[in-house]
Amino acid sequence: MSDIALPRRRPSYFSRLFEAYGQEIVVLTAIVVLFIVVGLVNPRFLSNTNLTSIFSGNAYIAVAAIGMAMVIISGHIDVSVGSLIGVLATIAGTLAVSGYPIWVAWTVPVLVGIAINTCLGALIAYMRIPSIVATLGMLSILKGGLISATGGTWITGMPPQFFIAQARLFGVPAPVYFMAILTIIVALWMRYSATGRSLYAVGGNAEAARATGLNPERTCVLAFALHGFFAGIAALLFATQLQVIQSTVPPNLELTVITAAVIGGVSILGGTGTVIGSTLAAVLFACIGSALIFLSVSAYWLRAVLGLLILATVLADMARRRRSLVR
Amino acid sequence: MTPLVALKGISKSFVGVRVLNSVDFDVRPGEVHALLGENGAGKSTLIKIIAGVHAPDAGEIIIGGQPAKFANPGQAVKAGIAIVYQELLLFPELSVAENIFLNHAPRLSWGGLDWAQMRDKSRALLDDLDSHHLDVDAKVGSLSVANRQRVEIAKALSQNARVVVMDEPTASLAEVDVQQLLAIVRRLRSRGVGIVYVSHKLPEIFALADRVSVLRDGNYVATRDIKDVTERSLVAMMVGRSIDQLFPKEEAQIGAPRLELRNVSHGKAVRDISFTLRAGEILGVAGLVGSGRTETALTIFGITPATAGEILIDGRPVQIRSPQQARDLGIAYVPEDRGLQGLVRPQTIAENISLTVLRRLSRAFIVDRGKEVTLARDFIKRLGIRARGPGQAARQLSGGNQQKVVLAKWLAAEPRILIMDEPTRGIDVGAKSEIHALMSKLAQSGLAILMISSELPEVLGMSDRVLVMNGGRIVAEIDRNDATPETVGAAMTLVRDQEAAA
Repeated sequence: MSDIALPRRRPSYFSRLFEAYGQEIVVLTAIVVLFIVVGLVNPRFLSNTNLTSIFSGNAYIAVAAIGMAMVIISGHIDVSVGSLIGVLATIAGTLAVSGYPIWVAWTVPVLVGIAINTCLGALIAYMRIPSIVATLGMLSILKGGLISATGGTWITGMPPQFFIAQARLFGVPAPVYFMAILTIIVALWMRYSATGRSLYAVGGNAEAARATGLNPERTCVLAFALHGFFAGIAALLFATQLQVIQSTVPPNLELTVITAAVIGGVSILGGTGTVIGSTLAAVLFACIGSALIFLSVSAYWLRAVLGLLILATVLADMARRRRSLVR
Repeated sequence: MTPLVALKGISKSFVGVRVLNSVDFDVRPGEVHALLGENGAGKSTLIKIIAGVHAPDAGEIIIGGQPAKFANPGQAVKAGIAIVYQELLLFPELSVAENIFLNHAPRLSWGGLDWAQMRDKSRALLDDLDSHHLDVDAKVGSLSVANRQRVEIAKALSQNARVVVMDEPTASLAEVDVQQLLAIVRRLRSRGVGIVYVSHKLPEIFALADRVSVLRDGNYVATRDIKDVTERSLVAMMVGRSIDQLFPKEEAQIGAPRLELRNVSHGKAVRDISFTLRAGEILGVAGLVGSGRTETALTIFGITPATAGEILIDGRPVQIRSPQQARDLGIAYVPEDRGLQGLVRPQTIAENISLTVLRRLSRAFIVDRGKEVTLARDFIKRLGIRARGPGQAARQLSGGNQQKVVLAKWLAAEPRILIMDEPTRGIDVGAKSEIHALMSKLAQSGLAILMISSELPEVLGMSDRVLVMNGGRIVAEIDRNDATPETVGAAMTLVRDQEAAA
């Protein structure tokens, strides 16, 4: 019978690499091309000051996108993360202003983030509430609660040690370390640990995962709990990067974070993607935003460009899926 | 010999309905034990109890002589039991190697997953199954059904399974792949693995099984050595009565031409098709999967409208550019994939049946629910649909009864031409012969039926004439009296050789 089955030609190393990490390579290429083109048009784009502001000012988006990527890979979505970051940043600032030790102001928001999202994950996993519905509800609760509690005022007057995001090591801003180290740790964890792989399995086919002996409910709660942790870190970076904390977090932050995950190659249907991709995509956004300024294009175009990128990515994803079905 | 797994007096109820009633079953090392029964007989539940998905209400599971209790599927896997489910529970986005080793992957010294070893071991397992062509790095989503099944079997072997349960493994395989699968099963058996083989296809069971057990309506009927049973006695055990004729084709008055195709083409899938279908006639279409049979049906039904040629209904040329037009011309199409194209599964039986005739049942945009339910009651009685009533959700029915609902939906539209694509695929013997009897009755009432089927006995048993397709063309037209497995089979494969030579 083996004479019927013709041996398939093994694809080359590069086509393999591209099949496995296609989207990551595309995003990385886009970043490099962007740097070269915009740098040629306006060399100040490549200045140290600008690069620092691109990376350190947007690292919190990349960190939040790590958690978002995990949630989407495991087959869910979270539209409440923007409000959660706002709430956690406000908690951090309030604690710091009220005179609590700095380590308390740093750790409490992270723990609160984990706690809130663990409840959210349990609600989704065990009560079978679709994640889009549960997190929409959470979005309203958090956003409403935040505005009522703060009255929309900004928090100022934190002690100087509080501003961890403004620290530098070897001339590189701290948020860049957070972004890079967390991305690498999570990427390795998701590749080499059984728990990490179970996120892909559950997101790809929950019933098959159950039959294999995995526990899809527990995996869902875990993904959300970790997502809460990263939202906490993101909130810290956001809260400590400027001298003030705006209780009105950047509007549509959750959409930016989801977009980063999707453009980075995380399929919105779950089961595929990497956090390397989501971090690269977050960096790409930051670069595009800055490039638009240097090219004297209105910053309002940024959202439109991101929207186009989403559609292009999803179309490419569909085309890839269709092609792989034909084989 | 101590059985690898023995079930004693297993009972199970779901929401008050008893689906298994004191069932005994066992598997010995190095045997294929076939499990037979109509849909709804309790086979799936029994498998899920062996797999640890459900816990029995009463009875014992004994593994290698020791009583065992499975709290979850993971424990059954640890006890050496692997299930190859019909719907192949794999992860489409993950690689072959990872699918095989998910949840029991080899580890590196620091605890990380050992990808290199995972790939090597997968290679070895697949080579062992004579699947040298399967790439361990390919995404499972890109594989054919037959190859996915091999991945499932490799996965079972990677867990050192001593018992492999296969739930209708050949239901969606082409003939070549079926033969390869049977070879793999025999190979497993010779290695001392105990195999539970669930299938509707009696020839496979006779080719493979050592023993066979039959379930009926949740009750254990009997276990027999394969040499002590015949096809007829097995069917009688399954349905509780003897079915005199598997294909109750009755003579029907054949009338005027209803549907005529003249040189109809659609792209490369449908090439130059010409035939005539008459009132009262059942015209069988045989051919391998991918030979253009379904594509022809879709062209007639206007889903992929003809790009060339002429279609005549009652001798008059017609244009069919959409399914709506086809329906208005009196054509009905019962598709191959019930779930995908035929049935709205969450909706009730009544709502499914009335879909084709909503306009007729409504007054000023409002559907008359009373008329809808009456219509459904009528069909439930006429087609013998086993259901609690018109209000039951379609997804709760067994495969055969779902197929009857799809059929009812189209019969409600009172068609003059009925196209049936694989009318009895995945349906048990009892429901099968009921659907066949129904087809005969419909033909007798003057309906013209075009029946596409991959099951040769069905084609030969039910058709007045047989068309054989290959490569998008009709390669033979054989009269009922001349149609034998040899003549039809030869036509199915002969042309392929010629084309290869050309």
